[in-house]
Amino acid sequence: MRVGVLALQGAFIEHQKILRQLGIETRQVRLPEHLDDIDALIIPGGESTTIRKLAKTYDLIEPLREFAEHKPVWGTCAGMIALAKDIGGEEPIVGAMNITVNRNAFGRQIDSFEADLMFEVLGDVPFHAIFIRAPIVTAIAGDVVVLSRLSDGRIVAVREGHLLATAFHPELTNDTRLHQYFLDIIAGQG
Amino acid sequence: MSTNGVTQHNGQGETGTEMVKRGLAQMLKGGVIMDVVTPEHAKIAEDAGAAAVMALERVPADIRAQGGVARMSDPDMIEGIINAVSIPVMAKARIGHFVEAQILEALGVDYIDESEVLTPADEDHHINKHKFKVPFVCGCRNLGEALRRIAEGAAMIRTKGEAGTGDIVEAVRHARAVNGEIRRLSSMDEDELFTYAKNIQAPYSLVKETAELGRLPVVNFAAGGVATPADAALMMQLGVDGVFVGSGIFKSSNPAKRAKAIVEAVTHYENPEILVKVSRNLGEAMVGINVSTMPESDKIAGRGW
Repeated sequence: MRVGVLALQGAFIEHQKILRQLGIETRQVRLPEHLDDIDALIIPGGESTTIRKLAKTYDLIEPLREFAEHKPVWGTCAGMIALAKDIGGEEPIVGAMNITVNRNAFGRQIDSFEADLMFEVLGDVPFHAIFIRAPIVTAIAGDVVVLSRLSDGRIVAVREGHLLATAFHPELTNDTRLHQYFLDIIAGQG
Repeated sequence: MSTNGVTQHNGQGETGTEMVKRGLAQMLKGGVIMDVVTPEHAKIAEDAGAAAVMALERVPADIRAQGGVARMSDPDMIEGIINAVSIPVMAKARIGHFVEAQILEALGVDYIDESEVLTPADEDHHINKHKFKVPFVCGCRNLGEALRRIAEGAAMIRTKGEAGTGDIVEAVRHARAVNGEIRRLSSMDEDELFTYAKNIQAPYSLVKETAELGRLPVVNFAAGGVATPADAALMMQLGVDGVFVGSGIFKSSNPAKRAKAIVEAVTHYENPEILVKVSRNLGEAMVGINVSTMPESDKIAGRGW
């Protein structure tokens, strides 16, 4: 199994480190041909406008869309924005998931925070999540399943079949359970 | 991790922690942070793919040319830039001027650069950055300086270079110094680390952490002298996490095109074919000042202690 990490900008090395810890071969994806021999893709945290510009300039948008149609993709933070079909007026980036996302939903950097989240799919131990200028899911449609919410009920983790999106950054902590969950989706066991 | 009591509960979780301060810098990695002086500049930078902008009144080249005391920018001007873009906005405070930092924090900037480009306000003390919820980036010329700033609470480091010159030589010197020292750490035993920490005037705990990680414990960008896509890719190949461009963009003849080219060069820094493509027809680069013929008193990298 080989998992690609979109490496246009952002925290791609952090994702690669965790994947390697789990014994998974990784590849940095910067150009369309880098998608050819990978089984799944992670779109990391970063600046979504930067990732959009670079993906557009290097003709990655359409190949990413096709990839997401039949192969597992996980977006974290900016990656969640990239996967959403509705990002509030602006043109979607990859636009593969039936979710509506509000960018920078919590305000500016001083409002960034960390919190413990409960995930039914991860059992009883909470997942410590880092939210940095994070987006939020404001609406879901189609077959989207909510995996976790903040204590006030706002949605921060969703899955739609082979697509996964989290508003926070599992790549910044040492908890590998969400990466393992994504690997289980790839293996068809999730 | 030390938080010195600035963390608060926002109803969902803890704000102002070391993790969220350092985390924003991690999201900027592989990106370009551009100096801008107007909301129009900020839009050009965002459209070119900048990962963040640095709002300031004069770019370093103009601060050099015009002289005088360089201070924090007018809050009104910074706010205009905050309202113009969705990417993070940074702003500069003078070294040691913690009230300028308080003002910038209250204004809602996403990162504060405690910067040698402005005229220092304190010749002995840097800002105690642990007291702030907003994260700080600070300049360094070597490992000791980087770790002293991290000890004071910096959540991100940039090598200083020599701002406003368009000459990459000092940025290269500082990046090589930091990375060379980190490589030397990896060959030292514990006894040697104690002495090394003392010699470079850095806390032992941070020296040890750096030795174990094989890199700085926070994100490290290059700054000071980047003028071309090749300069930016050079710094990336020397091992920095991203690049600040100050005067290099808006002092050139075609800022929008050069900005986009530098963004692409940072992403594709190891791809010579793309570097050829993005380096073509950019128009005149900033004129620049040769650092080697510059009087010592004109250099600003020496500010900070």
